[in-house]
Amino acid sequence: MAPPKDTPAVATYADYEVITPNNKLRKAISAMPLSPGDDPVARAEQALAELSTEFASWMDAECVRLDNARDKVKQSGFTSKSKEEIFHAAHDIKGEAATFGYPAVAAAADSLCRLIEHTPDATRIPFKLVDQHVDAVRAIIREYARSDAKELAALLTGRLREVTDEFLIHENRGRPGYLESVLGPPLAPDQSV
Amino acid sequence: MVRIDFNRLRFLVIDDNAHMRRILRTLLHGFGAREVYEAEDGASGLESFTHYIPDIVITDWAMPIFDGLELTQMIRQPGANSNPYVGIIMLTGHSEKKHVVSARDAGVTEFLAKPISAKGLYQRIVNVVANPRPFIKTKSYFGPDRRRNANQNYVGPERRKGGKADVIRQSSLLDKVRAPG
Repeated sequence: MAPPKDTPAVATYADYEVITPNNKLRKAISAMPLSPGDDPVARAEQALAELSTEFASWMDAECVRLDNARDKVKQSGFTSKSKEEIFHAAHDIKGEAATFGYPAVAAAADSLCRLIEHTPDATRIPFKLVDQHVDAVRAIIREYARSDAKELAALLTGRLREVTDEFLIHENRGRPGYLESVLGPPLAPDQSV
Repeated sequence: MVRIDFNRLRFLVIDDNAHMRRILRTLLHGFGAREVYEAEDGASGLESFTHYIPDIVITDWAMPIFDGLELTQMIRQPGANSNPYVGIIMLTGHSEKKHVVSARDAGVTEFLAKPISAKGLYQRIVNVVANPRPFIKTKSYFGPDRRRNANQNYVGPERRKGGKADVIRQSSLLDKVRAPG
């Protein structure tokens, strides 16, 4: 009896199988080529540009969230909940900053993420260093209209990153393999360009 | 370039950040998609996956209840749901090597590092639709083939033990005839 229509092709080898499912998404491939004036990427960018009037208030909201998370760490120290909240708030800012029109903010948020993620015992993180990161994020956003904002942001976050790296090297001194991966460059390319 | 009819695709966007969901929805509608469903954590994402049967899942990594990695592992369970082969695009601010490798080993189809761009998202979707990879099933992995290219310069042991296939089942000739291209 013939296999059901949706049965994938399966090739079985000694310790693995190669399965080729039917490509159900083939239905979406159009036989018609893109017409010269039809650019779906440009349409999406235009739609995003129309949404951008909201971005400044969204960035503010993310900043308030980070500030609140810092307050919780200040009040109760690094608990698993407060650690997750501040990491998540910083991580979201890192990912959204460029989209919202504040690319120079991402590095400070990234530095805070690295500090939290790569310190084996978060209770050893000096609160002052957390404070400086959050203040830096807020200050860069607040002063973003200045003509020298990007240079100042780069100086500020460069110094924060140095101090963070020094701390991480010290805290991970018994884990050389781990440290190598922490201090290495990201593998995924920047998609914003 | 391949032209994709986005209005023939159903998307599920899973992200706990409402701003990012709105951005993704805006981009997908900009591409021409009409069916875009949203979920705000891994658990409701899995529920929506079962309910809406999307063609493509776009998921964040860091989320409450269970994260995007765990969600991917739950979807990539042969026989456990209606479509373990669904295209999964992991959209995340985690771009360090260990994260990319973990996402790959969980079975994501494509990886997209934030900040998001229309071009980056479009390319990933085109890849999922037009260039699907076969799935590999081993004792410890089920997901898209992690070897995207044959590396002629590879030096080291061949980890896949094989040789000749024991069993080969092909899709029906009728399907092949019906398929364009």
